[in-house]
Amino acid sequence: MSLQLYIATRKGVWIATAGADRRTWSLQDPKFLGQQCHHVVLDPRDGVTLLCASRQWHLGPTVFRSTDGGATWKEASSPPRFPTGEPRARAVDHVFWLTPGHASEPGVWYCGTAPQGLFRSEDGGVSWAPVAGYNDHPDQQTWAGDDKDQTPDGGKLHSILVDPRDPQHLYLGMSGGGFFESTDTGATWRPLNSGVAMDFAPPKEDGSEYPFGHDPHCVVQHPLQPDRLWRQDHCGFYRIDRPSDRWERVGKALPAEIGDIGFGVLTHPRDADTAWMFPMDGGGDWPRTPPGGRPAVYRTRDAGQSWARCDAGFPAEQAWWTIKRQAMCIDGRDPAGIYLGNTGGELWASDDEGDSFFCLFRHLPHIFAVTVGETA
Amino acid sequence: MKVIVPTQLRGYTGGRAEVEATGETLGAALWDLDRQFPGFRFRVIDEQDRVRRHIVLFVGEDREEDLGAVIPPGAALFIIGALSGG
Repeated sequence: MSLQLYIATRKGVWIATAGADRRTWSLQDPKFLGQQCHHVVLDPRDGVTLLCASRQWHLGPTVFRSTDGGATWKEASSPPRFPTGEPRARAVDHVFWLTPGHASEPGVWYCGTAPQGLFRSEDGGVSWAPVAGYNDHPDQQTWAGDDKDQTPDGGKLHSILVDPRDPQHLYLGMSGGGFFESTDTGATWRPLNSGVAMDFAPPKEDGSEYPFGHDPHCVVQHPLQPDRLWRQDHCGFYRIDRPSDRWERVGKALPAEIGDIGFGVLTHPRDADTAWMFPMDGGGDWPRTPPGGRPAVYRTRDAGQSWARCDAGFPAEQAWWTIKRQAMCIDGRDPAGIYLGNTGGELWASDDEGDSFFCLFRHLPHIFAVTVGETA
Repeated sequence: MKVIVPTQLRGYTGGRAEVEATGETLGAALWDLDRQFPGFRFRVIDEQDRVRRHIVLFVGEDREEDLGAVIPPGAALFIIGALSGG
């Protein structure tokens, strides 16, 4: 059993394996060199199967699968795609997000695409079928909006969460469109956005909230306390404790000069009151860089009531990189290890839950995503 | 017909830069390529039968987007990865 990082970049995938102390890592030569790889995920149910969401600059999107730790890869026989001839004539531009299914459903995976589509595999990622309850919902286009509501390279479906207590209970995030819930394996969906700001839309005249159209950047669910979710949104940082339907903007407790805008969010593998976020500058022209050029993770130990700045080891000034929504991850060890990949091709790590950081790797391409897994 | 395969797609053709395909139309030739090299077509043509944005197809010297276009006898099919990237 070994701890590995799966680093998906704008120009390929790198796999790193930890030494005993999580300070020394070995980096393999790249896979898919030259391809845009948005997500690589190890199946936690077998510790062996890896899926990679990939596209090549010129070619269409697909999913690759490895059953030997990444040594060899085989393309999905039927990659995620919308039905040919469907009225909206949608085509998958890229596969953005991969989520393994419930522990009781080995072989089930979900993926989210750009433009927003939800797909499911029941054979370990070999073949994929559209989830019609989402993709063909009569309101889907209303939820997602048009091009003006999307991220620059197309609207994204992300943060597909499977309740560890119930394989029928799913969540998903849409950038843009909002956060949604299903309790019937994706047959029907309802929005879950109450309490979340939507500063990019005018206030409703009757004072009510928009039910959807928000821009969640990333949402995570606590593995042991699945009723608690943390949400990094375009408009702030939130926590919810189900069955409440209302999010609380716990990011308001962050220093005003830092703000609560960012992309990624982490929840502790055991302590549901502990979470981390990485603030980015959301003022002016929205540079989405560390405020003042001084990167820091902020950590709460009390469910978001207070936050501590964690910047030991990071550059003290003039660091202007960005951490994308999939490029923060946390391992399950004690103390938990935190990993951040940035747009400058650096991989930063902490083996003490954020008390200090060190740079594991430099000179990689622009990092899209980092995930961590324990191999069998 | 002769098909010239760009480097990006040679993973499907066993590294070959030139392969043979049959078919009276551009669409039929691409299906024949997919039969020989599974997965090939979807990397070039999207699920709504549109040539992908950064792929260019030439039948002989003529740039072609219509999958119904007839391939004249003796003409070659050139599949080109366009200039995008960086």
